[in-house]
Amino acid sequence: MKELFNTLSKQFELTDYQSKRDNQAFVTATSSQLVSLLTHLRDIHGYTHLVMVTCVDWLEDGKFQVTYLLHNYATKTDLGIFVFIPRDNPVMDSMHHLWEQARVYQRELHEMFGIDFPGSPGVYKPMILEGWQGPPPMRRDFDTKVYCEDTYSNRERQHKEPEQYMKEQLYPED
Amino acid sequence: MKDDDIKNDSNLTVEVSQTPIADYPDWRKDDKSLTNAGLSEEEQDWFCDARPQPAKKSWQIMENFFNWARSNSLWILAFGTGCGAIELRPLVTARYDISRLGMQPRPTPRQASVFMIGGYVSIKTLKRIVRSYEQMQGPKFVVAVCSCAINGGMYWDSYNTVKRIDEYIPVDVYVTGCMPRPEAVLAGFSKLKELIKAGKAEGQNLYAEKFDWYKENQKSVIKDWNMPDYNW
Repeated sequence: MKELFNTLSKQFELTDYQSKRDNQAFVTATSSQLVSLLTHLRDIHGYTHLVMVTCVDWLEDGKFQVTYLLHNYATKTDLGIFVFIPRDNPVMDSMHHLWEQARVYQRELHEMFGIDFPGSPGVYKPMILEGWQGPPPMRRDFDTKVYCEDTYSNRERQHKEPEQYMKEQLYPED
Repeated sequence: MKDDDIKNDSNLTVEVSQTPIADYPDWRKDDKSLTNAGLSEEEQDWFCDARPQPAKKSWQIMENFFNWARSNSLWILAFGTGCGAIELRPLVTARYDISRLGMQPRPTPRQASVFMIGGYVSIKTLKRIVRSYEQMQGPKFVVAVCSCAINGGMYWDSYNTVKRIDEYIPVDVYVTGCMPRPEAVLAGFSKLKELIKAGKAEGQNLYAEKFDWYKENQKSVIKDWNMPDYNW
């Protein structure tokens, strides 16, 4: 995997190589080079399977970390690519032309994190949150508890001590 | 032809005469028919604007007979709204054999009389639940299974899950547990049968009487209300 990183580094700006297993590695790429890097990996290095696209919210750093996981069936290796984008105006290049299923992930990321993928088909359609009006719920500055208490009514809890309650049920005369 | 040509071609468009609500005749101003405001003006003509009415009771002796008949032919709407729907499947198998109680799952709301809410209800599901419940023909009953439907359960602080289902549709019987065993669900259905025989399972009439309250609760969480106000 280190050899692959060295080969790719000649063409792309790759930093921060991490490998915790022999068949798995993570590298950090820039957002402008991402689509060309993915195309290169898919067509030349055999990473033909897109495992998933996900996102991590680094609230303190003001960044979103978009993670692309790829798998190579020939060498049975996994490659993860991190891309850091600013949290204020999160826009990523769409890569649905490489893998058709990527548009579902991109739709989900737009709904849950508010990341924009211009050109991705149906990316603005609601997927799970129909009629959602609040901020994107998976961002870390979104307080689910406060939102939930404001929106949905609670049922009053009736707490009974089990010992006392069973005594009253079983021996009502005492 | 391009799309613009089709729009501009007068031969292809059908003119629909619209009456604005302000111009209704006087006899309509006082009536309480539903506005169906979530639909477009064209679609409003397709749906009825009548409210649900509470069922009229007949003589008590006839009502007892009807209730006996109703309680022995409960057909469940096979709409799995959460993980509790998994527990419905073993009930149909030979081990629990729900048919001996006169119950069976049915594929459509029109044929069903029991709605089993199986667990957590997200907003997207609640929309479908309301629609399915209103399409069921009366008499209809609701059994809420799992703690999520009672007080939120493990989704007590979730952003997209309602915590009490009984604010949105009337519930006759609750079955606690996470998950309840099939025996517990079966006991819940037996309890429902007792309630029906005693004439106490009146959720449908409650829904008709407190219709405005239920609609207000439903619309407070379903922000994109794009269906008729009462889908029967």
